[in-house]
Amino acid sequence: MLDLFFQQLINGLSLGALYALIAVGYTVVYGIVQLINFAHGEIFMVGAFGAFATWMLLGQPTDWGVSASLLILLPLMLLGGIVVSVTVALLTERFAYRPLRNAPRLAPLITAIGVSVFLQEFVRLFYGRIPGFPDAKSAIPFPSVAGISGEIVRIGSVTIQMPALFTIVALAISTLFLWFFVNRSKTGRAMVATSQDPDTARLMGINVDKVIVAAFAVGAGLAAIAGVAHGLNYGNIDFRMGFLAGLKAFTAAVLGGIGNINGAVVGGLVLGVVEAMATTFIPGQFGSSAWKDVWAFALLILVLVFRPQGLLGAKVVDRA
Amino acid sequence: MTQVMSGAGHHVDASTLLLQASSVTMRFGGLTAVNNVSLDVHAGEIVGLIGPNGAGKTTFFNCLTGLYKPTSGEVRFAGELLPPKPRLVVRAGMARTFQNIRLFHNMTALENVMVGMYSRTKTNAIDAVFRLPRHRREELASTERARELLDFVGLSSAADMLSRNLPYGDQRRLEIARALATDPKLLLLDEPTAGMNPQETRQAEELIFKIRDLGLAVLVIEHDMRFIFNLCDRVCCLVRGEVLVEGVGEVVQNDPRVIEAYIGAPAEPPADVPPPTAEPPASEAGKGSADA
Repeated sequence: MLDLFFQQLINGLSLGALYALIAVGYTVVYGIVQLINFAHGEIFMVGAFGAFATWMLLGQPTDWGVSASLLILLPLMLLGGIVVSVTVALLTERFAYRPLRNAPRLAPLITAIGVSVFLQEFVRLFYGRIPGFPDAKSAIPFPSVAGISGEIVRIGSVTIQMPALFTIVALAISTLFLWFFVNRSKTGRAMVATSQDPDTARLMGINVDKVIVAAFAVGAGLAAIAGVAHGLNYGNIDFRMGFLAGLKAFTAAVLGGIGNINGAVVGGLVLGVVEAMATTFIPGQFGSSAWKDVWAFALLILVLVFRPQGLLGAKVVDRA
Repeated sequence: MTQVMSGAGHHVDASTLLLQASSVTMRFGGLTAVNNVSLDVHAGEIVGLIGPNGAGKTTFFNCLTGLYKPTSGEVRFAGELLPPKPRLVVRAGMARTFQNIRLFHNMTALENVMVGMYSRTKTNAIDAVFRLPRHRREELASTERARELLDFVGLSSAADMLSRNLPYGDQRRLEIARALATDPKLLLLDEPTAGMNPQETRQAEELIFKIRDLGLAVLVIEHDMRFIFNLCDRVCCLVRGEVLVEGVGEVVQNDPRVIEAYIGAPAEPPADVPPPTAEPPASEAGKGSADA
């Protein structure tokens, strides 16, 4: 029973790490422009497709050794995914959201949904048109990376899949870098200042446009890492993968307290663990994996009822 | 109402002319909040901006700092035309504080000051994330400079406190430190002593003199008349968006129109003088009650 608990804890943490990597993007952007960027799930999706494209451009290597895969292939795929995600995110910011900066909040929200549909359809229709690329109308098998794909580590009777471990390590490293970025760089400090009071930030010489671009870029970079992690964990990617993952990550961001970066990480991990535990420890049909989304969203509702500001969110003060 | 332009005498030291607002007008729909206001500030000068509530003082500040784009008129700083973009105004060398304190409440005092340095530092996010030596050097230098500024305003012991936990008077001083961090040539203070007790007001006065001694010019909005006339080399009085009178302290202080604007017309004037519509500010209410 205890072994099962630890097994599910690890599974939950890896699932949660995936949510957390995406959730940071929701929360950073929301914190600064008060926009729920519903297209962020698609930024995660194009990151995975970008990593896949990098693999294609490298000549579809399948026989690289462990060290070559871990030191060259994986970093290149991550980099390719990040470049694609960040580019797409910055383009959507520039051409879809920036013109609506001073519009009522509903306008960018609906635009975000439109961008989301656009990106899904764009990948579905055009990915296969690139010469030599597979058709993206159905799932594409994600390339395996030697040393990660299919490998496992055993600690006692707990089995850890290497892709799951990769996700957790990726989250840990990303969070560390993010912490330095937010707390020890002037752009990070400018982000915090802008999220607290954009007008005053402007009057202190902060280029708010640049800060908003930085927020979108940071979120997109982490989403791309999540995209690669998703590919490695589930073995395939498809153009719809951003929808549910994005919804869950958004839930995680709200759970942790939207606008709060630590909250997004904690919210993601809690959501992942709750899902994993629910499938194992809730008896009867309600514990089946078909019900895990029900428990995830039930948790969201409970948190929203009893702690509307989220787990780590500060109390929201109404501004006069 | 007559508009008194800045006297010809000031053009002697035109080389040090910092701020030059000419015919600034700001309309909100049908309301003219600032009407054809011109004001010059020279280097090293302390200029006061007074006027009853609703006279357009803060709106004028907002026009100067790029928060509003004036309907007409232009603002020049050190001879250059200022674009109505707050961050470019800060770059040019003008910083401000606010009537209602607008600190970053969830940041420490030190961090607040460091935000002010944003436009004067060079390292980017990449340097910071990878902890490059250049970033570390600059970060150290900024931290040290921020501590100096906190020390300057007398807040060195509060560096690591969240700004929302600071006492009111300290929050005002922190705002000044943050504005100084942008390395301005001209500091705009919007009611720096609002809500302060007499002792804190005296401290604020000393602080502003200290700032002037650093070589900065100061433009200050205030209702506390003793404070203003102690402090300022020149005073400009705005009433209903227009310059009523501008000049050295004694001239403005003794101008019957200023007294009238603040506390109403004397009891015996002819009946055709309309009573002022602007209500007297709270800090002056005591003075005004006798004549009302």
